[in-house]
Amino acid sequence: MTSAGLFDGLTATEREALLRASHEEFYEDGDRLFEEGGHAGYCWLIRNGRVALDTTVPGRGHVVIQTLGAGDLLGWSWLIPPYRWHFGARAVGTVEATVFDAAQLKVLADQDPRLGYLLTQQLLAVVLDRLQSTRARLLDLYSHD
Amino acid sequence: MTEPMLPVGYRVIDRTVETHDSATIQLEPIDRSLDRFRPGQFAMMYAYGVGEVPISISGIGDDGTLTHTIRSVGAVSRALHDARPGTVIGVRGPFGTTWAPEGAAGNDLVVVAGGVGLAPLRPVVLSALAARSAYSRVVVIAGARTPDEFLFRAELDAWTARDDLDVELTVDQPAAGWDGTVGFVTEPLARLRLDPERTVAFLCGPEPMMRFSARVLLRAQMPSDRIHVSLERSMKCGIALCGHCQLGPLLVCRDGPVVTYTVAEPLLTVPEL
Ligand SMILES: Cc1cc2nc3c(=O)[nH]c(=O)nc-3n(C[C@H](O)[C@H](O)[C@H](O)COP(=O)(O)OP(=O)(O)OC[C@H]3O[C@@H](n4cnc5c(N)ncnc54)[C@H](O)[C@@H]3O)c2cc1C
Ligand code: FES
Repeated sequence: MTSAGLFDGLTATEREALLRASHEEFYEDGDRLFEEGGHAGYCWLIRNGRVALDTTVPGRGHVVIQTLGAGDLLGWSWLIPPYRWHFGARAVGTVEATVFDAAQLKVLADQDPRLGYLLTQQLLAVVLDRLQSTRARLLDLYSHD
Repeated sequence: MTEPMLPVGYRVIDRTVETHDSATIQLEPIDRSLDRFRPGQFAMMYAYGVGEVPISISGIGDDGTLTHTIRSVGAVSRALHDARPGTVIGVRGPFGTTWAPEGAAGNDLVVVAGGVGLAPLRPVVLSALAARSAYSRVVVIAGARTPDEFLFRAELDAWTARDDLDVELTVDQPAAGWDGTVGFVTEPLARLRLDPERTVAFLCGPEPMMRFSARVLLRAQMPSDRIHVSLERSMKCGIALCGHCQLGPLLVCRDGPVVTYTVAEPLLTVPEL
């Protein structure tokens, strides 16, 4: 999803409100954006670089499940109770991102259900894309056994 | 091509192990050469005493040598995969349609390969690199199950190091030490900022991979005739005589393997075909 995607269908005022709920952030290689199980208070629009989603497996440390890149939206756990991260996230190389404050997004969505609906739709599109690619990986298409 | 059913003797002169089940062999003609292959075309390769199967060209030598990359999945492909330098193989071809990368000149070129699907696309990338200024952006997205299962690993690393080529390698399952992309090929593909009317895409890999990738491109507004895929059906004659490779109205050995997604889409979504 590109920022254009995230802002699709929004009025100029709504875009500005979203931008007011955000700030730009830089991460160095290896920086952890959040930890599995932590409170999900933000979501990220990755501008540049790569972020690895991971989980801890005993004996194997952090195992990467998926990597996201420029234009991808990272984090939707802030939208659904219990508002806890399902995975951790780590910067791979330097990362530049727009960070949205979830509490402010929720206030905006409550005040303006149309905006809330559009945002939910965008997030659903992201979730659906991730689900489809996860399903494709589950097919294990390149194996021959 | 004079006698298309008669295999021409080629000798294996080099063999490179690519992965646990794939190897690349280079062959030189013994006394007669076949016509020059074009990217996307295939040969019928006869392992004497075992059988004959279609194998794409993965490298086209100016000196008449042929390069093929073979994954061992059954008796014939195993015999070809195992062929050591000195082994004589019967080769027929070149057969089928081509990627015709030169037709994409002036455009951005997007190459998406999954698993052994990188083999038929390697000549496309090599020809684009040989005429680099003819294209705008050249993007290669290659997917494999694990980091150990990429073909042409050293070459991929060399491509990645170039600044006139955008290469993204992605794996379904990471292994320790892999710090590259983890995800299906559709994910980096969806992240590309495409100029849909000025991009030509070549997809090769398992059929579902090509379908899923084509859908990403269609969603990005790419016209389906700018998307090319390579079809695989079992073959016998290779020259449109036996009907073995029929796929709907197509004989894949003659009308394919490379076709536009306009042609492929209705055929790839019918389960009984
Ligand atoms: C145009 C064309 C180009 C091709 N190019 C290449 C190439 O460059 N490199 C290459 O390795 N293969 C390529 N193939 C596939 C190759 O022809 C087959 O793997 C081969 O025919 C299998 O024959 P076999 O006797 O070894 O195995 P078979 O005994 O025919 O099959 C053994 C088992 O493998 C399965 N199988 C058959 N084909 C495949 C396949 N492609 N993928 C996974 N499982 C399969 C069968 O269902 C069976 O279960 C190409 C096929 C076509 C049509
Ligand atoms: S393989 Fe015989 S018609 Fe195509």
